[in-house]
Amino acid sequence: MPIPVQNPPQSWYRMQEGLGKWEQSGKVCAVGVGVSPTERRWQGTAEDTIGAYCIIAMRKAMEDAGVSPSEVDGIVFDPVTATGSPWPEGMPIPDELKALNPTGDPLDGVCKLSADYILQNMPELTNVKFIMQAPGCMSHVQNVAIQAVAEKATNVCLVVRGWHNLPGRYYVGRGAAAHDTATGPAKFMGMFGGPACYGTATQFEQYCRRYGVTRDMFANFIINERKNGLMFPEGFWFQHRPDALTREDYLNSQWVAKPCAVLDNDIPIQVAASFLYTTPERAKDMKQKPVYVLSHATARDRARGLVPDLDMCQRTAARNARILYEGAGITVDDLSFENLYEGWPFFHIFFLEGLGGYTGIKEGDALHYFETQDISINSDHPISPSGGNVGSGRSRFWNTIDCIQQIQGRAGKRQIKNKAEIAVDGGFLPYAGWFRVWSATPN
Amino acid sequence: MPYQSPIPDELDKPFWDACNEERLVIQVCTKCDRLQHPPQPTCTQCGSGDFLQWRQVSGRGNIFTHAVVYDTPISLLIPDQPFNLALIALEEDPGLQMPSHLPGTPVDQVPAGAKVEVMFVTTPKTGQKIPEWRVVG
Repeated sequence: MPIPVQNPPQSWYRMQEGLGKWEQSGKVCAVGVGVSPTERRWQGTAEDTIGAYCIIAMRKAMEDAGVSPSEVDGIVFDPVTATGSPWPEGMPIPDELKALNPTGDPLDGVCKLSADYILQNMPELTNVKFIMQAPGCMSHVQNVAIQAVAEKATNVCLVVRGWHNLPGRYYVGRGAAAHDTATGPAKFMGMFGGPACYGTATQFEQYCRRYGVTRDMFANFIINERKNGLMFPEGFWFQHRPDALTREDYLNSQWVAKPCAVLDNDIPIQVAASFLYTTPERAKDMKQKPVYVLSHATARDRARGLVPDLDMCQRTAARNARILYEGAGITVDDLSFENLYEGWPFFHIFFLEGLGGYTGIKEGDALHYFETQDISINSDHPISPSGGNVGSGRSRFWNTIDCIQQIQGRAGKRQIKNKAEIAVDGGFLPYAGWFRVWSATPN
Repeated sequence: MPYQSPIPDELDKPFWDACNEERLVIQVCTKCDRLQHPPQPTCTQCGSGDFLQWRQVSGRGNIFTHAVVYDTPISLLIPDQPFNLALIALEEDPGLQMPSHLPGTPVDQVPAGAKVEVMFVTTPKTGQKIPEWRVVG
């Protein structure tokens, strides 16, 4: 009998201040991590479809945790595997893909993912009783899995999220963008031609005017992100183009929506990752040290205007941090490091300032800090030691992998100088995202 | 610029019909006395669709923010790159915005916060007019 795919109940999300300490704080932990190979785009083979990559990642996560497939009793996954890269209309699907067990949808495992696809192609998962989908982001998948373990809906839970990237320009001239008419919401904004980064460009434009800063002051952050990424063996730049960035690279980067240039964006890639979550009791005989979840938070805000503005970014980023601190019973001073999202890198400014004093940074301070202070993994307060999407390609999960590996003490060359004890991560948008507090201990 | 032609639907037809008459109307919830844009089937504040009407506004506003687009996804606009893309805050409710290419304003010379007024531009495919905005000093 097929296992029903559930949607998360609203009560599983922590979206408001005043909820107090999360009652399950320290009672859920991440143990295993698995990452597929990376590539710039799908090469058209069965072996490198996003479905195949998700399977590789899940098997690696189980192996990393030292868990046999028959011990896994839950799966939380994201059925969406990318944005901006749809299967071209009318293009036939190659026969080679039949090498993997197909489902009723020929694009399943190519540019989307279903529970059926996972289970049909992973017959070793013989004990799965709980399946939940959480669309949008690995961060969403994780928060749902964390709450699922906390609710005892699953005891050994695999989460998976893939990103496919098909040939062709991202968004450009595709689908509705190629037409000479506009329908749906595009009539009021999209038809005016803003690229995907238009929102972040305008938020940064507002930021620069408000605080009297300029884009060149952001260069050190981007350079440091790539530097950290080049110490991330699982990442795209490490594997394929291990070139450091210079200040000149950043300043001469081609504009996309000025003040946002190519290097103020991340690079779309083909990759999947998986994590294994369980309880501290169950983690005792696993291979890796457990990394405890002290708190999680969700942001789900709607802008009144067409594009979320700077005020909204700042307000929601700060609120998310307060929900996390309250849920974990910590303050900003307890953080050893932070790995908040930077897939549009300007977001990191808002997230960092929203933490409310991480290494003394307040609203309007971040660019001055990047320009004048040590933000590397050797500093007392590292900034985004994962290198994030800038450092390893678009995935929205390098930050989580790094939190887990740093606290487990196995981040390799990225290992921060200070003891990695408590960290925050999450994304992707300040006003629409999912966030977590990680800890080396349950208290 | 060769804009896409918006295809009106049942919900937003009054907005586009007014554009063709060179009038700018915005959806309003008369119960909340609150404007909203783009049009929605219900008021985003009270949740009711029973009090939604259309209100003509002045067609004045100011430049809230802007970027210069060098890599648009819209095929029709690619030959005209780079171009301005500003968000105009409406005089009646600065929390509501409309996009504009700011015709007549060169790229990199967008006056932040400047006053603008609406104008209407005919789109080539269907002849549907759309609101655009020009700087007025």
